[in-house]
Amino acid sequence: MASHAEPLDDTVDAVPEERFTIFRHRLATRLWHWLNALTIFIMIGSGLGILNAHPHLYWGQYGANFDSPWLNLPHWPGWLTIPAHYNLAISRRWHLFFALVLGFGLLAFMIASLVNRHFQRDLRVRRREVAPRNLWADVKAHLAFRFHDPERPGAYNTLQKLSYVVTIFVLIPLMLLTGLAMSPAMDAAWPWLLVVTGGRQSARSLHFIGMALIVGFIIVHLALVILADPINEVKSMITGWWDVPEEPR
Amino acid sequence: MSRLITRRRLVTTGALGAGALLSGCDKVVQVPAARRILFSGEDMQRGLQRALMNRDALAPEYSTAQMSPVFRSNGTANPDTPSYNAMVANRFADYRLAIGGMVAKPLSIPLDRLRRLPARTQITRHDCVEGWSAIGQWHGPLLGTLLKAAGIRRDARYVVFTCADRIGGTPYYESIDLIDAFHPQTILAWAMNGAPLTVAHGAPLRLRVERQLGYKQAKYVMAIDAVASLAGIGLGKGGYWEDRVNYDWYAGI
Repeated sequence: MASHAEPLDDTVDAVPEERFTIFRHRLATRLWHWLNALTIFIMIGSGLGILNAHPHLYWGQYGANFDSPWLNLPHWPGWLTIPAHYNLAISRRWHLFFALVLGFGLLAFMIASLVNRHFQRDLRVRRREVAPRNLWADVKAHLAFRFHDPERPGAYNTLQKLSYVVTIFVLIPLMLLTGLAMSPAMDAAWPWLLVVTGGRQSARSLHFIGMALIVGFIIVHLALVILADPINEVKSMITGWWDVPEEPR
Repeated sequence: MSRLITRRRLVTTGALGAGALLSGCDKVVQVPAARRILFSGEDMQRGLQRALMNRDALAPEYSTAQMSPVFRSNGTANPDTPSYNAMVANRFADYRLAIGGMVAKPLSIPLDRLRRLPARTQITRHDCVEGWSAIGQWHGPLLGTLLKAAGIRRDARYVVFTCADRIGGTPYYESIDLIDAFHPQTILAWAMNGAPLTVAHGAPLRLRVERQLGYKQAKYVMAIDAVASLAGIGLGKGGYWEDRVNYDWYAGI
């Protein structure tokens, strides 16, 4: 970890204007973050546009108007969909182009993050971290708006790390897998897609649930960025350099 | 916080930016170059899927127990033109399937002759572009057998299906390439779920091209033409919906 300033010592308290800055986000992380932000934004908008064509979800291999949906969804309003006016073909064009960006972007990010050791260094979840006592302490720290360990300010806290791990390794891959399982050609190429998802209509339902969980992640992610220090957080995701907040709060 | 950018201003800008981006997407599609890039996703999907898939990889087939209790119809439920109604009235006795275009010997095949040809029976899933699926049993001769019988020429690249139903005065049509035309599950179904096709499902003959979406499964097929290019047909994009609302010609996903 590089730093602009001298390491913290006793004199720092006397000069509070001196900010301690660390290099926190590598280029691959920053590039993928912003590309992915755009991609997921487009995937959700165009996906809701597609869903408007048949806003009913089923479990199993088949499901249509005469079958029993487990969920009937409302019509998604134009301010949420891409395009704003119902156009299934154009929604699909957006969705299926950016599906490739999502899939290959994730692949590239994963390779880069193994090579630059972002995964091993920053996202490896250790057993003691997920011990109930530690998780509870982390929940209390969040409720007190303390998001950084003063000892290791650059490290992600446990809940933060878990949410990134679940999103990167579970939710986005789930979206790709269930998306592919809805493709009649991919079902011929890879018949196991239907085995692991439980059928095309199950895949479609799981695709929706995965989207809802990603929306949940985005809301919490943005809320915490705003609570932490949005300017510092956004700046660090653009430049890589992050100001360590003055502590303790 | 005494900085030029305040938290509130950043959040407001972010929210406005997201809104602008959402409406910006609709503007982007109007730009021809951007539209070309976006629409190139279809070719990328086709290229990737074909690379990952054996030419003859079979679409999943299901058991009778897995069939949809009710198989909904979609698109045209009845062509209802005078000539089609006349065919229905005499139970398609005068129906002829015309196979032509780039073939050595054009064929005109009556329905009872089609029904006597060796047939394949398959229980497959029909996936509508809208998102729903229905599983049904289809029965009919392989399209590849008929194309070979007509002596399809080596320089033909696509097969075009012209249908009896008209939407807004234009006949429905669809097209597939020869990889799908000669696929072992691509049949001209004259029976569905153990009975002759009903009018709602495309009587007397419909295409089943099982690795693609529902709008490719042309109903009421009257003529099949082998062609070298889709350029001169319809509005040139290979199908009724492709021409009119920009549906993907390759509907494998």
